[in-house]
Amino acid sequence: MSARVARPRLNLAATAVLVVGALYTIVPVAWILIASTKSNAELFGTEPFVPAFTGGFQDNLVGLFSYRDGIFGQWALNSLLYAGGGGILSTLIAAGTGYALGKYRFRGSTTIFRIIVAAVLLPAIVLAIPQYLMLAQLGFTNNYLAVILPLLVSPFAIYLCKIYAEASVPDELMEAARLDGSSEWRIFRSVGVRLMAPAVVTVFLLQFIGIWNNFLLPSIMLSNDKLYPLTLGLLGMLRVSGGQAALYSFVIMGSLLSIIPVVILFLSLQRFWRIDLLSGGVKA
Amino acid sequence: MTTAPARPRRKLHSNRIAVVLVTPALLLLAGFTVAPTVYAFVLSLQQTKISGGLFGGDPQAVFVGLENYAAALGDAEFWASIGRMLAVAVIGVPATVILATAFALCLDARGARLVGFSRIAIFLPYAVPGVLASMLWGFLYLPATSPIGGDVIDFFGSREIFFSVANIAVWGVVGFNMVILYTAVRGLPGEIYDAAMMDGASELQIALRIKLPMIRPALVMVTLFSVLGALQLYNEPTALRPLSNAITSSWVPLMKVYSDAFVQNNIHQGAASALVIVVLTVAATVLVNVIGRRLQGRAS
Repeated sequence: MSARVARPRLNLAATAVLVVGALYTIVPVAWILIASTKSNAELFGTEPFVPAFTGGFQDNLVGLFSYRDGIFGQWALNSLLYAGGGGILSTLIAAGTGYALGKYRFRGSTTIFRIIVAAVLLPAIVLAIPQYLMLAQLGFTNNYLAVILPLLVSPFAIYLCKIYAEASVPDELMEAARLDGSSEWRIFRSVGVRLMAPAVVTVFLLQFIGIWNNFLLPSIMLSNDKLYPLTLGLLGMLRVSGGQAALYSFVIMGSLLSIIPVVILFLSLQRFWRIDLLSGGVKA
Repeated sequence: MTTAPARPRRKLHSNRIAVVLVTPALLLLAGFTVAPTVYAFVLSLQQTKISGGLFGGDPQAVFVGLENYAAALGDAEFWASIGRMLAVAVIGVPATVILATAFALCLDARGARLVGFSRIAIFLPYAVPGVLASMLWGFLYLPATSPIGGDVIDFFGSREIFFSVANIAVWGVVGFNMVILYTAVRGLPGEIYDAAMMDGASELQIALRIKLPMIRPALVMVTLFSVLGALQLYNEPTALRPLSNAITSSWVPLMKVYSDAFVQNNIHQGAASALVIVVLTVAATVLVNVIGRRLQGRAS
């Protein structure tokens, strides 16, 4: 790595590009923060980048949470359940499968890995409609599991975990644990998972965001809006308000509240997750 | 099965745990990837017909061969939706790759300031769901609420709409791709710049002549991700619909499939369109992969 001893002269061009980039990404978020302080009338009538201090923020907050008996809170919980629960389960599955394929040779293991590599090419979103058609035939739509189950296997996550397990869990360590009399299960839990931690955290975050952002699957699987995640619920509110903008300020407040937890999750786990696994993934 | 006491030099440990660990993934893959695809294929070969005599019997599914596929491929609106998706991709993919590369190289440039702040700020939109990002940008585009000149520029105009949709997608993913490229640049050995610096090469020359060619594998991957993202375009146009008439119910292929299946209420046609999309997406993915491999092979 490049050791930077003396602080080099300011590179104005590079810094300017970065500042423009940061403005591009931050301005919309800043706008929504400012817009959340405004009532509907102020939204259309005041300077876009000047916040209002007329109690609009509080009104919007109260209004949003009392809209249809607080259904917004229900949507937030649902999103957390889908993304959190689905994220944890799919990470466990990916870690286990990746570890098994990376560290063991068994009958069919090569074939299974080939199938998984092939499945990476199949984007989950294009399967949503076939999945719905099948589950509808079985009468199994419009419930929590219909949204979670189809997303539990991510071939890409398994692929990452397999590559990472091969590279980071040494055979010698597993052999040593065996000599100490550890069971294979214990070795997986105490050696495998621990050494795979960076891959596990990364996969969890990718899965969490993937499910949190997912929209097509819940939008076709769910008809009861009490089961909606935030994305679907807020878009529904926007549709209800149609062109007349009655609910715009609530939708803006809702969007702001849905963005914050994910940003906090990312910033707090920043240290532990390693996006470079993704670029390492192709080389192998 | 008994586990023999472990003996050194001979691998006698049981593989049972591996089989146990792999089983859930295989079952789910069979249940939620293979089975739905097969079921959709069966549906796609049928049509609902009212059978029976004068009084009409129950609607029955009858085998019609490839008729639904012919209908899907013969539908002008289907090809138009692919055309619109490609128009967004032609704008969005190069923009994503070029911006992400520029940001990554600037983050790594000697003497760049505000690096930590910019890196987090540009990555931030990745944490914003596509639907919410679209609603957010929708308000920024909407003449009544726009702080960015929506009353002067018609962001929902017939031509502008492609840029407006592409912009939302780029905004969402540019930071993610930037981080992948930045990591690749950081991974290059520092000594390779020494000779260039001694020769008096500028920071820009080092970035373009040395760093850029060396991160080609990561560039190929970022391009691949972006192309795949474009093929699956759905959230952004769907979320803009309540705000704009410029987006029709079958604006991109996935919206077309959705409308076939659930608006027209023809699951057989919907299944056929869905499978056509699956095949086209997989074909495009394989193609981009092969081109990527070629490029990487030539680089090394």
